[in-house]
Amino acid sequence: MLKIQNLHATVDNKKILKGVNLQVNAGEVHAIMGPNGSGKSSLANVLAGRDEYEVTEGSITYNGMDLLEMKPEQRACEGIFLAFQYPVEIPGVNNIYLLKAALNAIRAYRGESQLDAIEFLNLVREKVKLVNLEDDLLNRSVNEGFSGGEKKRNEIFQMAVLEPKLAILDETDSGLDIDALKTVAEGVNSLRSRDRAIILVTHYQRLLNYIVPDQVHVLSDGKIVKSGHRELALQLEEKGYDWVKQGAPAA
Amino acid sequence: MNDNAVNNYVKEFQRLQVGLTCDYLADNRLDALNKFQNTGFPTQRMENWKYTDIRPITRKNFTITDRVLEQVNADFLIKARMHDIECHELVFINGIYSTELSSIKTLPDAVIIQDLANAGISQRQLVSEHITQYADPELYSFAALNTAFMNHGALIYVPADTVLNLPVNIIYLSGFNDKPAAIYPRNLIIMATNSGATVIENYIGFDNTDYFTNTVTEVSLQAGSRLQHCKIQQESLASCHIGNFHIHQAENSQLESLSVSLGGSLVRNDIHSQLQAEGATIIMNGLYLAGGRQHMDNHTRVDHQKPHTRSRENYRGVLNDHARGVFNGKVVVHKDAQKTDAEQSNANLLLSDDAEVDTKPELEIYADDVKCSHGATVGQLDKDMMFYLRTRALNEVTAKNLLTYAFTDEVTRHIKPPALRNYLEQLVINHMPVAGTSRELTA
Repeated sequence: MLKIQNLHATVDNKKILKGVNLQVNAGEVHAIMGPNGSGKSSLANVLAGRDEYEVTEGSITYNGMDLLEMKPEQRACEGIFLAFQYPVEIPGVNNIYLLKAALNAIRAYRGESQLDAIEFLNLVREKVKLVNLEDDLLNRSVNEGFSGGEKKRNEIFQMAVLEPKLAILDETDSGLDIDALKTVAEGVNSLRSRDRAIILVTHYQRLLNYIVPDQVHVLSDGKIVKSGHRELALQLEEKGYDWVKQGAPAA
Repeated sequence: MNDNAVNNYVKEFQRLQVGLTCDYLADNRLDALNKFQNTGFPTQRMENWKYTDIRPITRKNFTITDRVLEQVNADFLIKARMHDIECHELVFINGIYSTELSSIKTLPDAVIIQDLANAGISQRQLVSEHITQYADPELYSFAALNTAFMNHGALIYVPADTVLNLPVNIIYLSGFNDKPAAIYPRNLIIMATNSGATVIENYIGFDNTDYFTNTVTEVSLQAGSRLQHCKIQQESLASCHIGNFHIHQAENSQLESLSVSLGGSLVRNDIHSQLQAEGATIIMNGLYLAGGRQHMDNHTRVDHQKPHTRSRENYRGVLNDHARGVFNGKVVVHKDAQKTDAEQSNANLLLSDDAEVDTKPELEIYADDVKCSHGATVGQLDKDMMFYLRTRALNEVTAKNLLTYAFTDEVTRHIKPPALRNYLEQLVINHMPVAGTSRELTA
């Protein structure tokens, strides 16, 4: 589904990604771990199409398409979803209507009919249960006055409604207490399917106790330096990131 | 400098003085003309006009049109009407009252809603008592010029303890002229003790016609009265619009003003309120949306003369292309006015690198126990918000419009009745940089 080859990217002329290689297939869950500043969030942002990042070398192929040629909205329409590390507050833009517009934009792109108000409301009722989001939050401005946990749950709720093919969760676990973490993890787990791939970007192994990945990659200084199975995350927890920084290049 | 231009208006005055209908105002007119001759047109050397060059007005010779139209294109009038709500409607074409198009519904006892030029003998006393009492001709020379030519306009009187249930919609349709026309609407609103009303002034221009609206509205708010006033300026993009809105407020009176500027090439609005007794409150909300080479200048001034008076101001501007905005909000707290409570805010959104805004909050405080705050911001669309919306499948244009609309909606969302809010929000959507934003997206 996703193939990243030798990806180099800069932001403000600073080299952030220095040759990332990664392949993710449908149905798989990949965890990308790494110390602060290793380029994890940058990778997530490059995948979603953020302008500030300039790709200087390498390629990203997504379902046979050149992803780097696509605008963020086109990527969204093609099924890429980024759950933000810091979801932005947008005063004056209604949370639930934005979601409806997003869903209908994606449906229109695929040549599907628009959902009317009632169909959409039924869908929302079904999906909102996954993350325990209060009705009140649905009708507020996007993320405005939400707590940290509410913002993250709102991201997962959006993901549940939009049903992406490739979901990228950028440090969705950060700042969550254990109950919120479980709720979010259950939400994500319920979305695991044969046709969907998920990339979890995380600093801590804690999240992986609840969402068990197929593969774990360690990103350090803009490169994947180690890849393995779930045990790799546990080893990391035990030995710390210094262990991979000093360790051998990626397998 | 502008002597030639002043002389043009003096000649115009001589040409017309026989022709103006309400001759009981002749003395006021002559007095105002003399004052205008003394002051002349403002220049950019004056602090109050520093950022606004009025030469587009003085270079041309605008004259009062003799052409009286009884009918206008029906579509055009529909644009001016509030939908889903009944209103008392006063319609003026090129500044001249149209009996045929106006409709005043049944009114409570002693309420007056009518054209100033057709004021009856019994009403003249009332008009004479109030007219020219609130707009200072020395400070506001365009108001003096308006007074020299005043004739038609809305005369509204609401007697004590009476509340008008229906809004009064004053519609000025302009631009059906062969040569550049001068239009001098003159409105007088008198709210007696504990009365209440909603008044809308709606200025609409025909396509790209060239004319000059110089309008004055004077308001007397007596004790405990409440007025909601909404000015909607959607003049032709080739026109000039100068508006003066002057209010005297007695104790516990409240004015809630909204000014929305969309049209005009050169626009200047002045609001000046005197809070003359305890408990008087003014709320001023404003929105200006300018594109192309439009120039929009909003000046407001509130004089807190007595203790426990309150003012609130929130103006927002969106400037696109080469547009230029000016905001100047002055709050003067006089020596006696302890416990004054004043807040002011002006926020601007620049959508292009060539757009510009000059914003200047001014506080003059001569009392020592007051609460005053002000703030001004100038910014661009937030990159993080744009990216977020685009990752949610909205294209760039939709995302831009949506954020712009959300910015303006802060001002319009609180407006009542809902029919007026709907009308305004639809207007704003039609004036977005790229039309077609879905309104339902906003919170």
